[in-house]
Amino acid sequence: MALLTFKGGLHPFEGKELTKDLPVEVYMPTGDMVYPLSQHIGAPAVPCVAKGDTVLRGQKIADAGGFVSAPIHASCSGKVKAIEMRLVPTGSMVNSIVIENDGEYNEVEYQGADLESLDKKTILERIQAGGVVGMGGAGFPTHVKLAPKEPDKIEYVLLNGAECEPYLTSDYKRMLEKPEKLVAGLQVILKLFDNAVGCICIENNKPDCIAKMQALVKDLPRIEVKELLTKYPQGGERNLIKAVTGREINSTMLPADVGCVVDNVDTVIAIEEAVLEGRPLMTKLITLTGDGMARPHNVETPTGTDVQELIESQGGLKEGFSKLIAGGPMMGFAMYNTHVPCVKTTSSFLAFMEDPVSQTTPTACINCGRCVGACPSHILPARVATFAEHGDQAMFEKYDGMECCECGCCSYVCPAKRPLTQSIKSMRKMVLASRRKK
Amino acid sequence: MEQTYQVSSNPHVRDKMTTERLMQLVAIALLPATLVGIWNFGLRAFLVVLVSVVSCVIFEWLYDRLMKKPNTVRDFSAVVTGLLIALNMPSGIPLWMPILGSAFAIIVVKQLFGGLGQNFMNPALAARCFLMISFAGSMTNFAVGEGFKGVIDATTGATPLAALKAHGYTGEVPVLNLFLGNVQGTIGETSALALLIGAAILLIFKVISPRIPVCYIGSFAVFTIIYMLATGKGFDGGFLFSQLFGGGLMLGAWFMATDYVTSPITPNGQIVFGVFLGILTGIFRLIGSSAEGVSYAIIIGNLLVPMIERFTLPTAFGKGGKKA
Repeated sequence: MALLTFKGGLHPFEGKELTKDLPVEVYMPTGDMVYPLSQHIGAPAVPCVAKGDTVLRGQKIADAGGFVSAPIHASCSGKVKAIEMRLVPTGSMVNSIVIENDGEYNEVEYQGADLESLDKKTILERIQAGGVVGMGGAGFPTHVKLAPKEPDKIEYVLLNGAECEPYLTSDYKRMLEKPEKLVAGLQVILKLFDNAVGCICIENNKPDCIAKMQALVKDLPRIEVKELLTKYPQGGERNLIKAVTGREINSTMLPADVGCVVDNVDTVIAIEEAVLEGRPLMTKLITLTGDGMARPHNVETPTGTDVQELIESQGGLKEGFSKLIAGGPMMGFAMYNTHVPCVKTTSSFLAFMEDPVSQTTPTACINCGRCVGACPSHILPARVATFAEHGDQAMFEKYDGMECCECGCCSYVCPAKRPLTQSIKSMRKMVLASRRKK
Repeated sequence: MEQTYQVSSNPHVRDKMTTERLMQLVAIALLPATLVGIWNFGLRAFLVVLVSVVSCVIFEWLYDRLMKKPNTVRDFSAVVTGLLIALNMPSGIPLWMPILGSAFAIIVVKQLFGGLGQNFMNPALAARCFLMISFAGSMTNFAVGEGFKGVIDATTGATPLAALKAHGYTGEVPVLNLFLGNVQGTIGETSALALLIGAAILLIFKVISPRIPVCYIGSFAVFTIIYMLATGKGFDGGFLFSQLFGGGLMLGAWFMATDYVTSPITPNGQIVFGVFLGILTGIFRLIGSSAEGVSYAIIIGNLLVPMIERFTLPTAFGKGGKKA
């Protein structure tokens, strides 16, 4: 089978060997747990507990604040200590429920269900009730994504197992260790879309996952495994759709517009747990990695765990490390402080001894066109970034600056070390803000 | 606030390739042609190379210093410019001319327009054209000393292309010699073989994409064939290949038309640019009155780059693709 791919992108240093063959560990924190009310795109959740209440693990502590929103569940048992503003990994302050963890982890009872007995409406309700959001990074509420206007027009359900970010291996571990859950979750989604086939999309740097999945789905008529060429950003929604179906969407379109639904590995597992087991989203598999991490490995931890506590319990950071990133090296956020909670969209913490960015000085653009070759959005990053730096919104939009997917490829390849992605990103934010004003 | 860590916008990793390294690779890729030139024309050619490179570097350093700008000598672009100026000179040139050319290239063409990345034409070619117009005699005096190891065209004592222009392909200078480079010409242009080795280096290390040079040489070849057929000469392989290997075509197409700063950044624009240069070179060489045409074709092409880019903007992902 020919490898599926897209035009643009690049091959950064993989770094996955640091963690990919190490066993997954489980951590049960003892410190306070923090649950920000905005762990998703859309309206913040509304607390349904008050200070002093006792809660159990798995109990809902905040209701969805609207249709595009998601409820939040406690991942430990204990007492609500406060509802106050707390710092989150992306650097902003968000209203959060703080629970004093009693360390007992007393759980509520979960109502399992059989897929055969569930209709479409109930499936979506169970996904919503489980607080499932897209865990590829954006955190879009999954019950909204899985309820497009015309479900009959969905032809592809793409399970995004590309994991194209360097260093990250949590999806890889999930695919190897819980493949049955993954297939079951995909079948749940397929039940919502009568005309769709399910594609498990995996990059060819994970041949063991591909083989395992292929063996598992060989008798399932509606599911197939798609092998992708290893290239960043293959796991970007738009690039994945292009590689598998040949269809293209731009920044103003949704995957559903071209008959696709894309969900990442973690999300599909959460769907399986929410729908079939009745368990809400409460734990995250997190890759702790990088040369600044004393003991790189994957660890499963409840949402709400304090990052400082998690990292220290897992061996800590090496002396003299200089940068800590939430997420992968290409699209992650640099963190200035570790007293933040793990949230639903947290996938990894990456520590670098040396920060390659602050060691370089941007010099003049030499027009070499490397950014153009690497850009998966097929725009001219060098030009667009210049318009952004000049604050020229008209030209920025004319040169399709809004089509940027912020993948970071242009900054990565730039021989003059210009922060192209950064310039384009900030201009995009300004344009979006000015559009909202109108 | 307690302990804080270093932050920056994504991405947090960078490719190893730098401007410096790219320029060094170009300089390395020019070495085969330089060495053949020195072997061919003797020590005098080495002197021209040395003077050009050193003077370019000094002018770059001096300008930065006088204008209180950060020192840009380390980016190696001045070395490449100096090397290209030297390779575009006859070996017998008076040494003050490459110095003057270097000053023009670095100060007038490059720095006055804002330095690396801002110049609108290739500095080395601009210097060559400037010297060509000012001192046509010295710039076209290809008389060679006793050390010369190549084939001397007895008919005219001029470069192979000039002979070709005057008499057509006579076989006086065989195509093989044009390919190997032991003929008269500027220091760096004579050996197509050495230049192609350099081109291979550029391609292998992905310094350039083949779009511009392939379109340039390809369209020029097509133009030449059409010219031969249209003027009733009939297809003459000797003529075609001496046009391709002779003169500055290989040097220009692989090393000067591909100058990042003065060529289009858009992939389609690079194709248009290459074809345009090929046709223009054909017109200059075959229809116009001069035997050479590469330098002027590229310079004129450079000026059209902003326009070419504007008409060849790529279609953003998802804005033209197949819909469901």
